[in-house]
Amino acid sequence: MLAKSLAVSLLGLTATAIEVEADISSQLPNFVLVGLPDASLSESTARVRAAVVNSGFAWPARRVTVNLSPASVPKQGSAFDLAIAMAVLAANGSVRSDAMADCVLIGELTLDGSVRAVNGILPMVKAARDLGAARVMVSRESLAEASLIAGIHVVSVENLKQAVGWFNMTLVDEGTENICVGRIKGVTADAIAIFDAPDLADVIGQDLAVNSLLVAAAGAHHMMMVGTPGAGKTMLAERLPGLLPDLSVEAALETAAVASIAGRSVFGSDSASLDRRPKFEAPHHSSSMAAIVGGGLRTPKPGAISLAHNGVLFLDEAPEFQTPVLDSLRQPLESSEIRLHRAAGTAVFPARFQLVLAANPCPCGKAFAIEGCKCTAISRARYAQKLSGPLLDRIDIRLVVQPVSALKQKMVREGEVTPALTTAMARSMVAEARLAASTRLKKTPWNTNSQVSANYLRGPLKLPGQATRALDIALNRGRMSMRGYDRCLRLAWTLADLAGRNSPIADDVAQAVLLRGNDNPLGVQ
Amino acid sequence: MPETRPTPKTARQLLGRYGEDRACDYLQALGYSILERNWRCRIGEIDIIARDRDRLVFIEVKTRSAQGFGHPFESITETKAARLRRLVAAWCEHRQVSGIKVRLDAIAVLVRAGRVNIEHLKQVL
Repeated sequence: MLAKSLAVSLLGLTATAIEVEADISSQLPNFVLVGLPDASLSESTARVRAAVVNSGFAWPARRVTVNLSPASVPKQGSAFDLAIAMAVLAANGSVRSDAMADCVLIGELTLDGSVRAVNGILPMVKAARDLGAARVMVSRESLAEASLIAGIHVVSVENLKQAVGWFNMTLVDEGTENICVGRIKGVTADAIAIFDAPDLADVIGQDLAVNSLLVAAAGAHHMMMVGTPGAGKTMLAERLPGLLPDLSVEAALETAAVASIAGRSVFGSDSASLDRRPKFEAPHHSSSMAAIVGGGLRTPKPGAISLAHNGVLFLDEAPEFQTPVLDSLRQPLESSEIRLHRAAGTAVFPARFQLVLAANPCPCGKAFAIEGCKCTAISRARYAQKLSGPLLDRIDIRLVVQPVSALKQKMVREGEVTPALTTAMARSMVAEARLAASTRLKKTPWNTNSQVSANYLRGPLKLPGQATRALDIALNRGRMSMRGYDRCLRLAWTLADLAGRNSPIADDVAQAVLLRGNDNPLGVQ
Repeated sequence: MPETRPTPKTARQLLGRYGEDRACDYLQALGYSILERNWRCRIGEIDIIARDRDRLVFIEVKTRSAQGFGHPFESITETKAARLRRLVAAWCEHRQVSGIKVRLDAIAVLVRAGRVNIEHLKQVL
């Protein structure tokens, strides 16, 4: 007696269709699971057997062999429980095998036969649809998440008994009326949740920094802020995601797929619709390489750079991070993805993030302050060395944030200085600038100025010599590298977009040079 | 047939003996000839030794009155199976039998409300 059911296996975000075959043969009772299961999946045999018996079904008193095919794909986790149990029940004649032919089964079983949610529902359901399944069966808790994927029929069940009842079309049994077929009303990927972010208007007296933040948001430029403790670096960084436009449904689903694998909610603040706000990830400086770029022994898990996909990765106290961790960011900054090679295979996670670094100018933090720095030259040099040249070179905006002076604080208190921008105003400016950029880049693979290649900048987007004069002089005098030249051009385009100009003028280029700042932002040669 | 069978004493032994009797009836109905029952030696006991055409069959019988503690077959562990294999060798040596095809079978006898249900697995051990 042979029967099959369908499941999917994830490695990174890459899914493989798995056929679960169950065979009952006339041998002494035994339960064998083959097809490259890892330790957590091998434990499935114990759960599945107890779940089947405690759901009131007979467990075959024969040898049961379950094969997860293709056997060459390493499999892990508890998501196969439901598919294994249903394949055995089908081989046993307890459930109609033909009814399960177009349905992917995803769920962990408890010993009493309840179906539990597993991580990674969103990418698994999406994969099931892309692999051509008409239906997917998930746990009740996973229904809302599975409903986000259009184009596949979702069936959610609370327990194994309901799953069997659904396929056998014997829904009259007690308890089975709780089966939910179809998606939850109102849960679609299109709805946008209202969001609640700290407002830019809270930042007072930091006009240059606020303006830089606006440019960073408009062109998706990486940014670094150097300043004394308390100058407002963290406060500024936290307000960056608020300036960014809502993600497209496609981009939000990519980000949500990573969140789903990491076991996080994929829903926005109303907990009913897909989170379409850019994520803000701020890992602590003690974080390991695996926590930042992703990792894990057999099957790699996404790190902060992937959780921040299409959002902002903020590294506060950047020089305090381990240098290898910081340097591991260089490759994903270029390729917008991270490939983690393990024995089990290669996991690929998306990692298109906007990097924001914050640093003190020196260990004591007072290098740029009036009271003066107490650090020795060597400790300052050592501190500055933590941030490697190649990493800093990839940061477009390198800004020194000055503390707000006592005079300015007094003026704020007396109402003489009002905040220049609110988040709402800034977001609409960013949206307009991004629209201008994406219209200009329509026929290219890029959307934002920071993505444009150097060749394209110097080719189709070449500026007249009059506009780039300041840059040309700096380049000729050897004060600026060719890469720095290109970074300034990208910033100049963003500045022009924000100002509503068709192309940058000399003023934009000059301001870009100012924003690009020094190659040694910590002020150590 | 040499009589090596002890008299059953407890209810459990009675049930076991009853199951073995039913298994013998079943095998004889299939055309097996029973050679020996409850052959014992130092290693343990073989429940039934029978002949199926040209083949010598060694049979382990498991009897249960209710299925509450699982199926009878489930109590045949790998250790017991290994002991049965050694018992076959011991029997062949004892009876000076060689050059004959042998087979190890398992029979489950389920006794419930006066009804007897027999399951037979061939060549399993």
